[in-house]
Amino acid sequence: MDYSAIFSYMYTEIALVGVTAVALIYDLIAGKCGRRAFHGVICALLLLFIAGTVWPYHGETARIFGGMYIYSPSYVIIKSILAIGTLLVFLQADSWLRKEDTEFKRGEFYVLTLSTLLGMDFMISAGHFMMFFIGLELASVPMACLVAFDKYKHNSAEAGAKYILSALFASGLMLYGISFFYGTTGTLYFDDMTSGINGSALQILAMVFFFTGLGFKISLVPFHLWTADTYEGAPTAVTSYLSVVSKAAAAFALMVVLIKVFAPMTEYWQMLLYIVTVLSITVANLFAIRQKNLKRFLAFSSISQAGYIMLAVISGTPYGMTSLIYYVLVYMVANMAAFGVISVIEQNSGGKVGMDDYNGLYRTNPKLAIVMMLAVFSLAGIPPFAGFFSKFFIFAAAFEQGFHVLVFIALINTIISLYYYMLVVKAMFINPNDSPIASFRSDNSTRLSLLLCLAGILVLGIASSVFDGINLYSFGL
Amino acid sequence: MNILSLFPAIPVLMMLGLWLSKNTKQIHAVMVAGSSLLLGLAIALVFIFLGMRADGQTAEMLLTDSFMWYKPLNIEYAVGVDGISVAMILLSAIIVFTGTFASWKMTADVKEFFMWFCLLSVGVFGFFISTDLFTMFMFYEVALIPMYLLIGVWGTGKKEYSAMKLTLMLMGGSALILIGILGIYFGSGATTMNLTEIAGLHNIPVEMQRIWFPIIFIGFGVLGALFPFHTWSPDGHASAPTAVSMLHAGVLMKLGGYGCFRIAMYLLPEAAQELSWFFIILTTISVVYGAFSACVQTDLKYINAYSSVSHCGLVLFAILMMNTTAATGAVLQMLSHGLMTALFFALIGMIYGRTHTRDIRELNGLMKIMPFLSVCYVIAGLANLGLPGLSGFVAEMTIFNGAFMNNDTFHRVVTIIACTSIVITAVYILRLVGKILYGTCTNTEHLKLTDATWDERLAVIVLIAAIAGLGLFPLWMSDMISESVLPIISHILN
Repeated sequence: MDYSAIFSYMYTEIALVGVTAVALIYDLIAGKCGRRAFHGVICALLLLFIAGTVWPYHGETARIFGGMYIYSPSYVIIKSILAIGTLLVFLQADSWLRKEDTEFKRGEFYVLTLSTLLGMDFMISAGHFMMFFIGLELASVPMACLVAFDKYKHNSAEAGAKYILSALFASGLMLYGISFFYGTTGTLYFDDMTSGINGSALQILAMVFFFTGLGFKISLVPFHLWTADTYEGAPTAVTSYLSVVSKAAAAFALMVVLIKVFAPMTEYWQMLLYIVTVLSITVANLFAIRQKNLKRFLAFSSISQAGYIMLAVISGTPYGMTSLIYYVLVYMVANMAAFGVISVIEQNSGGKVGMDDYNGLYRTNPKLAIVMMLAVFSLAGIPPFAGFFSKFFIFAAAFEQGFHVLVFIALINTIISLYYYMLVVKAMFINPNDSPIASFRSDNSTRLSLLLCLAGILVLGIASSVFDGINLYSFGL
Repeated sequence: MNILSLFPAIPVLMMLGLWLSKNTKQIHAVMVAGSSLLLGLAIALVFIFLGMRADGQTAEMLLTDSFMWYKPLNIEYAVGVDGISVAMILLSAIIVFTGTFASWKMTADVKEFFMWFCLLSVGVFGFFISTDLFTMFMFYEVALIPMYLLIGVWGTGKKEYSAMKLTLMLMGGSALILIGILGIYFGSGATTMNLTEIAGLHNIPVEMQRIWFPIIFIGFGVLGALFPFHTWSPDGHASAPTAVSMLHAGVLMKLGGYGCFRIAMYLLPEAAQELSWFFIILTTISVVYGAFSACVQTDLKYINAYSSVSHCGLVLFAILMMNTTAATGAVLQMLSHGLMTALFFALIGMIYGRTHTRDIRELNGLMKIMPFLSVCYVIAGLANLGLPGLSGFVAEMTIFNGAFMNNDTFHRVVTIIACTSIVITAVYILRLVGKILYGTCTNTEHLKLTDATWDERLAVIVLIAAIAGLGLFPLWMSDMISESVLPIISHILN
């Protein structure tokens, strides 16, 4: 085997391992001064990594390790989106990490987060179910540590326990499903498996098990029960990572596997997805209305957003894949902006995350209120912000394949979601408050990340070149 | 750059200017400069358009321009105008101009208010110049969302409830429009989103049209206050601040009628013919019900809001009659109603600003105290009930004339029923005028009040001039409109 092929196609993962190793070693050897610069160093490294891997070097699909690992330009695009998301999380995490009880384990945060990112990259690029599973686990296990990062806080520890238990259960089911596939087809390679798939009862059951495992990661209804508690308990930076990066990776991987491996069973998984999508969007929207804690609120909002992402998956077309990647990108900047605001307010106001606490925010912190407003506008799909375009495109993707009723249900749900997103705007701009959150100056690192998110919200929709660029590569399955 | 693109671009620049301005004086300067520029451009556009027509340019859309935006879905940024859009752009520019002066005395968060106001006008202008379904829809939503904050923050009364109700109902309508647009796009073979090109293809199967026509018509009908989807309108208008009521009732509600005509009926002609009877019944209810409801209201703004339901119902009623005369009347009615309802809301805002009540039981004898405002109120009322010489007469006359041209029993019966609204309108207008303007003023507090200031006079005079202009010299406008309506109507009928 030609080892140069490994370097020329697996460059994303290799570079990421490098970054992780540097973070690990730096954490060990850095002195007092070095630790103070840790944040800057790691962000710079990550930026360098993104700059080096953001665009695909090869236009064609390639297989290495005998088809275990697949390179494809569209994979590179989604991986760089995930890496950008991670960078945004790191920028927002600084003010939280600088606190006394987390400062000494700052390095762990970086290493664990980068490990999960590595796991997601492998999961996306997998060409073999074992590889896929290892990637998934690498993305899940460190995540549990991250969720329980504030381990002396009761909520955080509880959230970590909930997360790991549900994750293990879901993984177990998934592994069970994969074993059925191995039993019926005699292989675990994606490429070989397709020919053995015939939609027998056992395989349908296996697919449902497999879907459950990923449905848990994406937190689709009915696998969403862990979401609200975990999102609420986890440190806000981790919640934002969980709600965007982890979810996006799993959704993309799901689409790849469904289209590539389960192509002969399309009608079955479309039916499955149909039900799950309707449930996810509707149930999550109805629950979101009742939430008073903004982190729980965004947890339900993210479940319904995952439902919208499934509209792109269900279409199963290259155009659907473009819309999925684009949707994920747009959702990422909007959600990161919302979580960034929540995080910085939490740090500067002594842990206020209730919706009522945000009453009158515009009077005291107008800039943060405007960022938050634009973020929820984008999440709600209001033009001219990016969310409108991404929603329109996934609706078009599903509509094109004849899912008219499904699109209609999703559209009715956008009205419900508009209602609760507007509640946030109402709290900040309209509701009076005698003791609003005091005016403060947020740290530069958070400001930078919010600025990037804001730019994304405003520009990604109007500038069609982003969408066209993604579209150029989404045929590479 | 195409002259049409300036219409949404100028408000964007105004927002930028507002963002940079430091005090109320600068804010006013930006607003006056920007809105005068828009008004000037709109008048210039009318002359350019008429000139091009006089030169013998017969294309349906003039001043067209387009560039590809999203290739995979054939979305273009495409602009172009015909006589209908030119009339609507002129209307919008007048309302934005007068709305600026009507909110001259605003004190709380002036900068933010005008920024949202400008965003609203970006949406309105963008909608009227667009010829691409997606772009049109995008501008439509841009125009809707600022309403929430404009009403919620600067409104009066139960503003939060009204703002939320209005936003949700209108966005519900736009969800219907969105699915309808997708239906049209994929139904016509997914090759273009351009209105005129889709109409030219004329290949959407009738079975599909039967599904999408009602959906789109209701979607736009929500904004056009189609019964029973009109309930946002009274609450919304009553709670909104003056300039917002003016722009919303004056222009935004016209987006509904314009969309019904230009998208629902033009692109889905067969279904429009088949199903028009159902919507004719609904609009007839709107017309009569709105007028009756106005009779029993005691709040000045509610009276005008229900009157708007009635008059906007007449717009939809007229376009469903499907002949050139009635459709020309519909566009004239949009113009006329836009102007006079804006005048009404402006005057109500000015009276409310002085008396701090809108309850007609507490107001009387205002004619002696504020003669200028009262006289203007009478003029607005007379325009509303269709006095010859003012715009309302021209529009309603044309509509009923056109409606009666359909020589089957159904159309004639509904026309006669709708005609009764003229009488009912006279009832509530004359009752209102008699009650609040004449007689002796019993409230001693009101005796100390003053008449209109210069900024208010300017806004009111511009509107009255436009109303009288349309009423006395309707032909130049109705000719421009009818030659643009003709191709659309003949497309629907064939």
